[in-house]
Amino acid sequence: MKLKQISIFLENKEGRLKKAINILSQANINIRALSIADTSEFGILRLIVQDSEKAQKKLEKNKFVVKVNEVIAVEVPDQPGGLDSILEILYDSKINVEYLYAFVEKNEDKAIVVIKTENIDDGINALENKNIRLLSSEDVNLI
Amino acid sequence: MIWNQEAECMPLKEKEKLQLNLLKKVVERAYENVPYYKNLFDNLKLKPDDIKSLKDIEKLPFTTKSDLRDAYPFGMFAVPEEEIIEVHTSSGTTGKPTVSGYTIKDLKIWGEVMGRALTMAGAGKKDKIQNCYGYGLFTGGLGVHYGTQTIGATVIPISAGNTQRQIEIMEDFKTSIITCTPSYALYLSEVLEKNDVDIKNLNLKAGVFGAEMWTEEMRKTIEERLNISALNIYGLTEIIGPGVAQECEEKNGLHIFEDHFYPEIIDPNTKETLGEGERGELVLTTLTRDGMPIIRFRTKDITALRKEKCGCGRTIVRMDRITGRTDDMLKIRGVIVFPSQIERALLKIEGLQPQYQIIVTRPGHLDELEVQVEASSNLFSDEVKHVEEVKKMIESRINNEIGLRVNVTLVEPESLPRSEGKAIRVLDKRDFS
Repeated sequence: MKLKQISIFLENKEGRLKKAINILSQANINIRALSIADTSEFGILRLIVQDSEKAQKKLEKNKFVVKVNEVIAVEVPDQPGGLDSILEILYDSKINVEYLYAFVEKNEDKAIVVIKTENIDDGINALENKNIRLLSSEDVNLI
Repeated sequence: MIWNQEAECMPLKEKEKLQLNLLKKVVERAYENVPYYKNLFDNLKLKPDDIKSLKDIEKLPFTTKSDLRDAYPFGMFAVPEEEIIEVHTSSGTTGKPTVSGYTIKDLKIWGEVMGRALTMAGAGKKDKIQNCYGYGLFTGGLGVHYGTQTIGATVIPISAGNTQRQIEIMEDFKTSIITCTPSYALYLSEVLEKNDVDIKNLNLKAGVFGAEMWTEEMRKTIEERLNISALNIYGLTEIIGPGVAQECEEKNGLHIFEDHFYPEIIDPNTKETLGEGERGELVLTTLTRDGMPIIRFRTKDITALRKEKCGCGRTIVRMDRITGRTDDMLKIRGVIVFPSQIERALLKIEGLQPQYQIIVTRPGHLDELEVQVEASSNLFSDEVKHVEEVKKMIESRINNEIGLRVNVTLVEPESLPRSEGKAIRVLDKRDFS
């Protein structure tokens, strides 16, 4: 199961992050999860939102460079070793993780982690083989 | 063929002796007869006698286009106005035009150098030269015209425009040489193709193309399409018009007619004279003109001089094809860079907007070159690694084109300044003061 993520190019310039977030706020788009990768010259803002198509349109209309791609979202037991067990599976299957970040979760005993593996399908297969529940966009929106 | 064996194949020593002699005379004429030069020399405490060797020319002040403009219309004339029998002007696209005035002798000189140029391109008495340069205040048309008269070729003074008629005349009169701008030659070749004219039925053998910058690639295209030898001519109204320099069949630079025009190459920033083979701004002094002697005119054209003897037998110096104008030239870590080179590299990258800005800084002692490029969804990715690969790819493409390390920065779309006319491509933040 894949989840849509939108990535936004941010120039290292005052107010750009604020501007991007503000556009989504104006459009009444709720941000479910986010992470920022920053380098000395630019940043990449990655978001999981309820309506990624609408978010992309709004952002592009405001001259942001936006890319939509797919990531994996998994439920992780909210206890020591939870994430480790997931990574173990990927490690055993020799699957590289490009990046990961966590949801702002409201579920009491589960954490949700977004994972981007080098090859998404390989990552999904490896996790599903070990009976890890992957979340769909519906699941994510219901949280 | 060489029109004037003596002048074009003169031994070096003899040539330099002649040039020194002529230089002394022209400096004296300018000082005695042009108040502008007299004041300038007096202020610098210079006298014509100070010229004792060719190298002494470096003591003399430069003349710029704006100096000539200030003297508009006739302030640079060195003879009474009644001695002037013809005037021409530059196009005046960047302000008031500059005026060039010719005496009877000056027109003879012009005819002579143009005669040499046309001969160099293979023209002789039997040739029919279709002169598609505009006749009028522009020097192109009449310059070529006078050259044809000197060598006794038949001139077809058709002037510019009316391409259908050009083609008709070309076919009916059996034109052997055409003279026009290289871009018009390309256009002409397209129309010939559209009209289904078989090039083999034409009598064309050569073209003398100038009045604008062009490239080797353009030469190849023109030569293939028109089945001719395409040769480069150089000149400028301020100095005389076309006929300052011309390419021979070796196609290895343009021969400057040094017994009439004295060339130097300078660094446009420091104004120091550069050596043989070094690229810089071409500076020209008229050695023989009476009507309007011009001392050390800064042409703004970028080239280099080559002194070794040419395969054609001529000993006069050659200049490289003009590769740019000082107006947009940058010198970074000693290397000459033109924005057009960077643009060329960027245009080859798919998905990249040709919007860019070049920023030159000197944080310590070394120049830094930054090129800002607008990001687009084709270049962007959710992974830092990929975006950095794209950045490195652009850097290496530019590096291949200009030979300098460059730092590419991706900026947001439509964030670079755009303007109606010429975009502001270069921000030079170095402090040269």
